[in-house]
Amino acid sequence: MKARLKHLLGIEQLTREDILAVLDQAGSFREVLSRPIPVVPALRGRTVVNLFFEPSTRTLTSFQLAASRLSAQCVNFSRVASSVTKGESLLDTCRNIEAMGVDGIVLRHSLPGAPHFLARHTRAFVVNAGDGAHEHPTQALLDAFTLRARLGDLAGRRVLIVGDIAHSRVARSNILALTKLGARVAVCGPPTLVPRFCEELGCEVFYRLDRVLYEVDVVNMLRVQLERIGASSFPTAREYRDHYGLTAARLSRLRPEVIITHPGPVNWGVEMDFEVSQHPSAVVLDQVTNGVAVRMAVLFILAGAERTDKDHE
Amino acid sequence: MSKAVNIERRESARLLLAGGTVVDPWQRRARRGDVFIEDGSVTGLGPRLSARGAEVLDCSGLHLAPGFVDMHCHLREPGREDEETIESGTCAALAGGFTRVCPMPNTEPAVDNAAQVEFQLRRAAAVGYARVHPIGACTRAREGRELAEIGAMVGAGAVAFSDDGASISNPMVMRRALEYCKAFDVPVIAHCELPELVEGLAHEGTMSTRLGLAAVPDTAEAAQAARDVLLAELTGSRLHIAHVSAAVTVDVIRWAKARGVMVTAETCPHYFALTDETLARFDAVFRVNPPLRTEHDRRAVIQGLADGTIDAIATDHAPHSRAEKETEWDSAPPGIIGLETAFSLGYELLVKSGVMSLVDLIRKLTVAPAQILGLPISPVEPGRPAELVVLNLDARWVCSLDSIRSRSRNTPFLGRKMTGRVTAAVVGRTRFSF
Repeated sequence: MKARLKHLLGIEQLTREDILAVLDQAGSFREVLSRPIPVVPALRGRTVVNLFFEPSTRTLTSFQLAASRLSAQCVNFSRVASSVTKGESLLDTCRNIEAMGVDGIVLRHSLPGAPHFLARHTRAFVVNAGDGAHEHPTQALLDAFTLRARLGDLAGRRVLIVGDIAHSRVARSNILALTKLGARVAVCGPPTLVPRFCEELGCEVFYRLDRVLYEVDVVNMLRVQLERIGASSFPTAREYRDHYGLTAARLSRLRPEVIITHPGPVNWGVEMDFEVSQHPSAVVLDQVTNGVAVRMAVLFILAGAERTDKDHE
Repeated sequence: MSKAVNIERRESARLLLAGGTVVDPWQRRARRGDVFIEDGSVTGLGPRLSARGAEVLDCSGLHLAPGFVDMHCHLREPGREDEETIESGTCAALAGGFTRVCPMPNTEPAVDNAAQVEFQLRRAAAVGYARVHPIGACTRAREGRELAEIGAMVGAGAVAFSDDGASISNPMVMRRALEYCKAFDVPVIAHCELPELVEGLAHEGTMSTRLGLAAVPDTAEAAQAARDVLLAELTGSRLHIAHVSAAVTVDVIRWAKARGVMVTAETCPHYFALTDETLARFDAVFRVNPPLRTEHDRRAVIQGLADGTIDAIATDHAPHSRAEKETEWDSAPPGIIGLETAFSLGYELLVKSGVMSLVDLIRKLTVAPAQILGLPISPVEPGRPAELVVLNLDARWVCSLDSIRSRSRNTPFLGRKMTGRVTAAVVGRTRFSF
């Protein structure tokens, strides 16, 4: 990854070896995070901008902490903007920020491909922190890190992703990352929320949760967008919970060694009953901690790659 | 930025085009012959004509054909003269071999009245490049509610009616538009798109799924086309389907033609040149409505052209400013420019690849659109007005920013190696060289 990649735009561009390199690096930073003073000077003097065009708390905070624990300077440029909001274009914003002299841009945007577009127009390295329904590569990397910490090698493991697959960048990046690591991925959700061509992403598709839930090693529950209730996708939150929710009743029937993940924030009582949070299988908070280590690894590797580019000039 | 004069214009009272091959798309033949033009009319056609003091243009190794007709383009005047003007657009048209173009009425304001039609005709005559035959809006302000003054616009020179850019959603309004146009023997041109099925402007398929792009299924085009051909059957009216992009739409049109519905159709070069694989680049230069679809659709469009289901090739030339196109994929307006690349793409992908003959390609650029719209174009033969293009089929060129005469540069074909190009056009006494 050091030699090849200038940006982290998605899991799609990564090889299995790239992914493992990030996870190994994240392992050492995970150790750093357990020290009394969890800071290393690796990126001292470097500047990273968090450019967030969508509201986000945990991802933004996680990237902020990752940068500061690497001793990089970190500034946030948050602007809630939808695809239709006119004003300064992404290109102009990016050029302005670049003119201020930054090494890296972490971009969260509601439109797929926004980081790919940005990467074509900037000298800084670009990290995709979520682009619409396309990819959320650091989430997939931190999920893989968390699963490997529990399960070791993921080859042959069965992972089930449940919920709104169609609009989920977490689902897309996870399908790509987990299959590259050898896992078998299935998705489950109402047909209105599973894209027609989903199987071509390399996963099995189920519409009935109980037909697959009790066979898998990992259950990745996705957040339901409550605004999709109604005519467009499913009738009521109650019906969603009945058919696709990880209820207390379903929890009791899961295999004991199963792992439950969720990218957060959770709609308790819709996609998961609150009992899940108390369950030893749930690793939701591990995911959050590991997220900082994984993002440190990504920034560290890309900043290094970027410096190498400059050295060659 | 104005570079509309990147084109040589000469007047000659007497002109001899010597040594070329003259293509007659009506008779479906091509024969060697000299063409003599006097006072803007063809006066001689045959082997080794005497120059009689005329200016001589050596056309050996070249083909001569009637000037092309683009029955679907956007010239952006009035309203978006930063993107294109009637002057720059008709200049680009000539450079692509189109001596006549039909601008769609989605200007700002829309061409929904006779004064607007007259304005476009006046501007086109004043700049003197390709001729313009305006298409008027079916409904006032293209809002799909009340019929526009179609009769008055026909009187002013409009040749067809369309709310292109949007479909006429209400089936009763579409029915009335089809019925009303019968009185003037003009076709309704349908932009087929069921708006309620449109979530975004990527073709709904493997690529859009992989990339998480909001998409539109081929069904949105085909279902609206099916509704419209049935309404054309109901009313006995003439319907023309614009920019066919999907295999299933080709099937709908084939079915309607077999039933005897008075329906014609066009497609555009990008639909037989490109597919949704281009989405992976997230480059808005590939964003167009209807969207680029799959290889299966691309082949079906070519098959539709070959078997006559699709009658005509139009460009849907849609200029957009650089600032509007250099943005996130979903934020950019749809549309690509096409006047200057249409013939070369047709020649490469339809003729050189063996799908159809040169004569049949030229029919789809001349006879077919002229018949649909009732335009008075004619073969290159004595007694007819001079309106022809000179083609060099062996020319190799690269589509580059320098070569573009349009005021906009939103072509997905930049850098593409092209075969065959238009080297000159003669309209009346005027010869244009490129």
